[in-house]
Amino acid sequence: MIPLNTPDELGVHAAPSAAPASAAPDKKIEGRAPLQLAWARLKKDRVSMISLGVIFALILIAVFASLITDKLIGHAPNVQYRDEPNGLQSNGLPFGPNGTFWLGTDSLGRDILSRIIHGTRVSLLVGVAATSIAVTIGVTVGTAAGYLGGAVDTILSRTMDVFLSFPFLLFAISLVSVYQPSLKISIFVIAFFTWASVGRIVRGQVLSIREKEYIEAARSLGAGDIRIMAIDVLPNLIAPVIVYATLLIPTAIVFEATLSFLGMGVVPPTPTWGNMITDSVSYYEQLPTFLLFPSLALFVTTLAFNLLGDGLRDALDPRAARVLARK
Amino acid sequence: MGRFIIRRALFGVLVLFIISVAVFVLFFVVAPGDPAANFVGKNPRPEQIQQAKEKYGLDKPVPQQYALYMGRLLKGDLGYSFRNEEPVRKTLQDRLPITASLALGAAVVWLLIGIPIGILAATKPRSLRDRGATVFALGGLSMPTFVLGLLLSYVFFYIFRTKLNIDFFPGSGYIPLKENPLEWARHLILPWFTLALVSAASYSRITRGSLLEVLGEDYIRTARAKGLSERRVTYRHGLRSALTPVVTLLGIDVGGLLGGAIVTEAVFGLGGVGQAAIQAVFVGDLPVIFGTVLLAAFFIVVANILVDIAYALLDSRVRLA
Repeated sequence: MIPLNTPDELGVHAAPSAAPASAAPDKKIEGRAPLQLAWARLKKDRVSMISLGVIFALILIAVFASLITDKLIGHAPNVQYRDEPNGLQSNGLPFGPNGTFWLGTDSLGRDILSRIIHGTRVSLLVGVAATSIAVTIGVTVGTAAGYLGGAVDTILSRTMDVFLSFPFLLFAISLVSVYQPSLKISIFVIAFFTWASVGRIVRGQVLSIREKEYIEAARSLGAGDIRIMAIDVLPNLIAPVIVYATLLIPTAIVFEATLSFLGMGVVPPTPTWGNMITDSVSYYEQLPTFLLFPSLALFVTTLAFNLLGDGLRDALDPRAARVLARK
Repeated sequence: MGRFIIRRALFGVLVLFIISVAVFVLFFVVAPGDPAANFVGKNPRPEQIQQAKEKYGLDKPVPQQYALYMGRLLKGDLGYSFRNEEPVRKTLQDRLPITASLALGAAVVWLLIGIPIGILAATKPRSLRDRGATVFALGGLSMPTFVLGLLLSYVFFYIFRTKLNIDFFPGSGYIPLKENPLEWARHLILPWFTLALVSAASYSRITRGSLLEVLGEDYIRTARAKGLSERRVTYRHGLRSALTPVVTLLGIDVGGLLGGAIVTEAVFGLGGVGQAAIQAVFVGDLPVIFGTVLLAAFFIVVANILVDIAYALLDSRVRLA
């Protein structure tokens, strides 16, 4: 069993909700689609299911963030508590974890737990939105390049090469500074610098799909290029794209946190894990927990997505198991 | 081979040209506000702005500004910082050794960590040590560089110094190699391990995956059938071709880092190219931003070309198109 540094409540609460009954245990023999088979394989992998549970819990936390912080904890994320309850010690330092502020307070007397919970929103939103945009563009461009070939392929592939040659963090920071930091610009910048990597992978896949007999069959039936790409090629890309998208989400989340850490992400006072970590740096000698908790939130989130992506890769690609069996 | 290299080099020049235009357009056309306002202080008089414009050539049309800039660039002149009037070229020359020390040293460390872990995992797939390697790899992949850097500096700089009275790991600063090699290494240990632990993860995965694939090949079975020891089969026959993707990744990573290890440099206050770039972005110092972006892109492009050449040399199946 892989030890997960997961707070117990995350894994335990969500585990039941993460397993919807998709393949009913039925005695009669029935055909199952490749995705159903993959799901059945995934369900047997404990690590993947725990990761899925953590991700589910994170989504719930993000959706109900205000409800949780206002009703359950009683401290709004952006309120600077100065008296009753006071979030700052008499010498002006923030508090460590205590009965009132479970995870302590930050330099302005705000509740760290509330801020971490609200930070989930930014991280997940940026991760999912940027990945969706990147995957949409990447799949479109990659499919067109791989399927159409010739001059189209040359132009699109070279374009992707150019995008991959950008010093992306530096360029992203420059872009953000020009347009003023905001949530939208973070999402845009991250998608802008990741779609080409999706495109390159998809192109490679399409190159081999293109040579399959069923494509030839579709063409001999008189199907046009667009129709073949949408109906015959695209469904065969689902497996690699799901895996890649799952692995791209944590990359995007870390990218956003890095932008926030460098002061070029979502603008304060909106809490993000990245800007909380930046705030904590000046206090980490007195209050290591201030640095630790947002870091842990970030690490657990990215780890859950990476573990799930890894499990999905094995579940969706039965070939991987065969490579091992050959030895 | 010669034609291949020339073609790749020409494309590299084209990429650099496109990136330079993109940066130029970004800062001189799209950017809101007057670039000249960046270096006259707050509430300037109109004639101050005018002076600044004339001084830095910002009163000319944009394409002409670009042409002037590129003209000077081809002579090796990157202009002068808007902030401290220092030649950009000197800034980059002064800071490049710092970034290079960081990147190359870290690369050595991550290869020394990543490849052995990958080999251990691949030679006994599905074993406990393979699982351990997977945990290490996924943990490393999930760890943001700045988080690891801060944690390492908290433990090894702060805790060691205050709680254990071991004042060995400096939390920041850089000592040039020429001045004192030992101090140079001591100041770079934490930054090296920060970068290396994060990257070693991908190297162990890639080594494992590629070695597993190679060990399933027919020629490995032949080697085993000849009665060679498992050690010899793995290291002499398997590892050689399994390391091709590692070389590819190494080239791209090092190329990317030489243009500035922004995050690590920021965490440990090393003052390399990456930190120069960040500072320039914050104050809108266009010539420095331009210089650092171009330098970074240059390293990436060169690394890509070298990787392609190395790939062709290592793997005879690759045809040079």
